[in-house]
Amino acid sequence: MLRASTSPSQGKVRVEFLPEELLADVIMRLIGDVRHVAVGNASPIPATAALTLRERGGGKPYVSLLGSRRHMFFTDGGRELFDCAGQGRIDVFFLSGGEIDGEGNINLVSIGDYDQPNVRFPGSFGSGYLYYVVPKVILFRVEHSRRTLVPKVSFISAPGGSAENVHRTGGPVALVTNRCLFAFDRARRRFRLESVHPGHTVAEVIENTGFDFDRPDAVPVTPAPSGDTLRLMREIVAPQLAEVYPQFAERVFGVKLAASAL
Amino acid sequence: MPTIAPSVDDAVAAIPDGAMVVVPRESSGVPMEATRALIRRGIKRLSLVALPTSTLQADMLIGAGCVETLETSAVSLGEFGPAPRFTAAILGKTIAMKDATCPALYASIQAAEKGVPFIPLRGLIGSDILAHRPDWRVIDNPFGNNDPIVLLPAIKPDFALFHAGMADRAGNVFIGRDRELLTMAHAAAHTVATVEKLYDGNLMDDPALSAGTVPGFYVDTIAVAPRGAWPLPLLDHYPADGGHLAEYARLAATPEGFARYLDSYVYAKRAA
Repeated sequence: MLRASTSPSQGKVRVEFLPEELLADVIMRLIGDVRHVAVGNASPIPATAALTLRERGGGKPYVSLLGSRRHMFFTDGGRELFDCAGQGRIDVFFLSGGEIDGEGNINLVSIGDYDQPNVRFPGSFGSGYLYYVVPKVILFRVEHSRRTLVPKVSFISAPGGSAENVHRTGGPVALVTNRCLFAFDRARRRFRLESVHPGHTVAEVIENTGFDFDRPDAVPVTPAPSGDTLRLMREIVAPQLAEVYPQFAERVFGVKLAASAL
Repeated sequence: MPTIAPSVDDAVAAIPDGAMVVVPRESSGVPMEATRALIRRGIKRLSLVALPTSTLQADMLIGAGCVETLETSAVSLGEFGPAPRFTAAILGKTIAMKDATCPALYASIQAAEKGVPFIPLRGLIGSDILAHRPDWRVIDNPFGNNDPIVLLPAIKPDFALFHAGMADRAGNVFIGRDRELLTMAHAAAHTVATVEKLYDGNLMDDPALSAGTVPGFYVDTIAVAPRGAWPLPLLDHYPADGGHLAEYARLAATPEGFARYLDSYVYAKRAA
């Protein structure tokens, strides 16, 4: 498998890492110091980030991994995640989109007319609620292209912002892609380019982004994950991931689901 | 008193064409053996409520022409990609879709559980989910000040259908932590459950078990179906059969391949 690497010209120790490991590391920094991180469906990279952070923090933050028995403390059924979020007891959640636009609107439903779509995605999952009530929602979309990052989404599963009188205790803080990290300015409803991942360029980000965004004159390179972080991901977290994401754990980390993980 | 049916086919016989059936998400005990039995029987015009999402089960029922209306928050094959028959049905407009968001489904089912006509939910305002749900309403919070909030009508299914680890002969079903199964049974008029095995004794006699049990009071029919969630996982029992799911994803990509899949894994049993 091809491995990305930090540029030797940075003068650092050369550390080899996979794109998935870099994105998980970026997400770990975005999560920050919080009490409870929840991870929804189809989110193996955010799950890697949350579990690695918990390993590093000696059990902090709490992590609720949807679909898991071991990494999930809820005892009141699927609704508990949403009840918990509605009360403000979930600090961080992750959402993606078939389309994401420059105002932070996400589309998990379809492209074209809703009643006669050209493309259909799985559906909105919990986005039509969690985007409103989780303080830090981190958007992630591994495919960074004009097909996915669009001027305006076809269907709003959940809006990036709401009118003044709408109950809104949460919303987007950032967007992580295979090429870069954007921060989201909620007041202006606009993304700002924060850093470009090693091996990628600002020109390439502009070329592949369908919406306008702000950027500083000099855009930093996303820092590489540390050797310690990579060790935690590969040795401790990868076997934990295999319970919910066996295909991902095997493809990325070469870990097979152990019978004892059940 | 609940009936212990002699077979899964017998257990689902009570579910008629046109019924509204609520089924759980992949990690909470999907009744796949019962689903194959329904397809074999050729059930039609189901109003399927997948609480709050579905994978293989909804895709197969849709592909086999059993579903008229689907209400859920998402259908995919998870790590195995998009759900091909669901996607084809939406693009071909062969089913009526009621797109929701997960907590809206949980809340609507809870409204039925409580016997109230509707329930409020945060979020949704400004979304196209709400814009395409004429059955949902926005009101001004009567206890607040300029605070719009969505109201959802109760969802009252005719049947709850799920798979669990075990049941006793009194019809009590052990569900452990998967308590949405309890909510489903409370909300639905009837409940049909398949289980891995029968439990000798009464689940209600052991406080450690009774707290995770659907009382037989809510249950109509039970059938024993070892590995009844296969090829999906039954948590605490067995993992998903990844090789089989990959084969399904490959075959179900075309109508012809899907028909071959049904012949091999669904209809073969009837012929045998």
